[in-house]
Amino acid sequence: MPITIDTYVIVSMVLFSLGVLGVLIRRNAILVFMAVELMLNATNLALASFASQWGSESGHLFVFFIITVAAAEVAVGLALIVAIFRSKKSINIDELHQMEG
Amino acid sequence: MFHIPTLEELNLIGALPAIALATWAVILLVIDLFIPKDRKQTTAWLALGGIVFAFAANLLVFNNNSDAFSGLYRADAFTGMLNIVILGAAALGVLLSMDYLKRAGIERGEFYALLLLSVVGMMFMAGANDLIVVFVALELLSIPLYVLTAFRAPELKSEEAGLKYFILGAFSSAFFVYGAALIYGATGTTQLNGVFDAIGMALSGEGQALALLLLGSGLVLVGLGFKVAVVPFHAWTPDVYEGAPTPLTAFMSVGSKTAGFAALLRIMVVGLPTLMVQMTDVTAAWQTTVWLIAAATLILGNFVALAQTNIKRLLAYSSIAHAGYILMAVAAAGTTGVADMAVQSALIYLLAYMFTNIGAFAVALAIEKDDGTGTDLKDFIGLSRSRPVLALMMAVFMLSLTGIPLTGGFIGKFFVFRATLEAGLVPLAIIGVLTSVVSAFYYIRVVVNMYLTDGAGDPAVGATARVNWATYIAFAGTLLIGVLPVLVTALSDRVVLSALIP
Repeated sequence: MPITIDTYVIVSMVLFSLGVLGVLIRRNAILVFMAVELMLNATNLALASFASQWGSESGHLFVFFIITVAAAEVAVGLALIVAIFRSKKSINIDELHQMEG
Repeated sequence: MFHIPTLEELNLIGALPAIALATWAVILLVIDLFIPKDRKQTTAWLALGGIVFAFAANLLVFNNNSDAFSGLYRADAFTGMLNIVILGAAALGVLLSMDYLKRAGIERGEFYALLLLSVVGMMFMAGANDLIVVFVALELLSIPLYVLTAFRAPELKSEEAGLKYFILGAFSSAFFVYGAALIYGATGTTQLNGVFDAIGMALSGEGQALALLLLGSGLVLVGLGFKVAVVPFHAWTPDVYEGAPTPLTAFMSVGSKTAGFAALLRIMVVGLPTLMVQMTDVTAAWQTTVWLIAAATLILGNFVALAQTNIKRLLAYSSIAHAGYILMAVAAAGTTGVADMAVQSALIYLLAYMFTNIGAFAVALAIEKDDGTGTDLKDFIGLSRSRPVLALMMAVFMLSLTGIPLTGGFIGKFFVFRATLEAGLVPLAIIGVLTSVVSAFYYIRVVVNMYLTDGAGDPAVGATARVNWATYIAFAGTLLIGVLPVLVTALSDRVVLSALIP
């Protein structure tokens, strides 16, 4: 089977779906967070393949912005997780139930 | 290979309000280092000064109607009017924060710098004319909000709210960005006007482009749906609104909703208005989905709000319901020819909602105790006797949220319903009217508690001079829009988004 642009797009869709499943199934905040990163990287793969299909550079540019933003998200996300861990000694997201209703 | 744009092509003046505020936010972060701990009010006043400057600059470029950054940012009346809403919310938010942060013992200067950065993200989102800019602006508005939500740390409620908001926010931006990638895959461009130009050709080719576009616009809708809190992507809203510091809740309930709807309207009306499954259709393919989501949001938001006993949670569900009303306008924008009317109605609604909702949160903040408790509905009992002016204003805010004539909320609902009917979405309009009636039950309950229930009134310790001023401004805005709607229609009449449609 020849490897075409479509192959890459299909792989990116599979990765993205795995990321979505990871967020929905995993209960550890760090692993949930990793699943979100997987979704973003699936997007990067799709963008890179579409960019080579169209021969335009805006897809590549988009990838760089996503990488940068993901780094900023990591900084804030890990800080929040550490703060929660210090007060609760747990980062299981099912145990976050101070507020109900 | 790359064309390096000249200064004229960049047209920085068009984006002046956002650029000035971004610069000011960064400078403020440095200035704050030199302000002693017990005088952080100075930082707040400096932040407010920046917002006022950006507001003035925004009025200056309101009629500019030009592209900035080589077409990545569009400075038109749509951007201008949304900036008024965003900056208004920010100014009131800062006024509410000053004494609140001191009371809660979390008075730190970063609060205001982060708030300004979030405002900059919202302003760029209002003007974004390119999917990449929408994404970067979306993150610039969200990331500071995650931090600010957890600002009452180490209080567990606030930290939890921050983490929940962060996980769901990051999840939703991943949806948005994958949708943007698929739209790029189908059209070969991320620029919205380019998407519009390419869409005809893409749809006339083989079916793959249509599939990519439908999936892409669906994912974009999911991503932005999380941001504006519509059903079924609303689950984070009550917890985050309850856990976050109250002035921040007031600001973000309006600000991030406004920015989310700005991007949604611009992507759908400028980029994808002709995304139709059949060439003979007169309505865009996304219209049915949007109206179903709007109906679900209206029903769930209003009915669940009936069961709430905490004013912050009640206002959270009410904000979900109001997202449903604005989504009615988005759905109406899917009918060719009604698009501009619908966009204008959404803007009027957002402006009226800004004053009313921030006002309601301001009163909730006034009766809140220093430790963050005291926001139950029963804390409103007897408020008309202990604080008659405050109670009167709260009553007007509640009537405005219900949509009673002579208040801003009525004007917003009137225009939205008119656009919905014009677009032929009669069932949606009927659902909208019926759920408005339902909403009266829980809004009026607050009024009944204040005026008719016996009990000692709350002293409203939070009602300091600056909080009062913010409440007066919100009260004046709510009534002014209700009595003289011509003031806002004069602005909104200039908004034309669908100029490119032949």
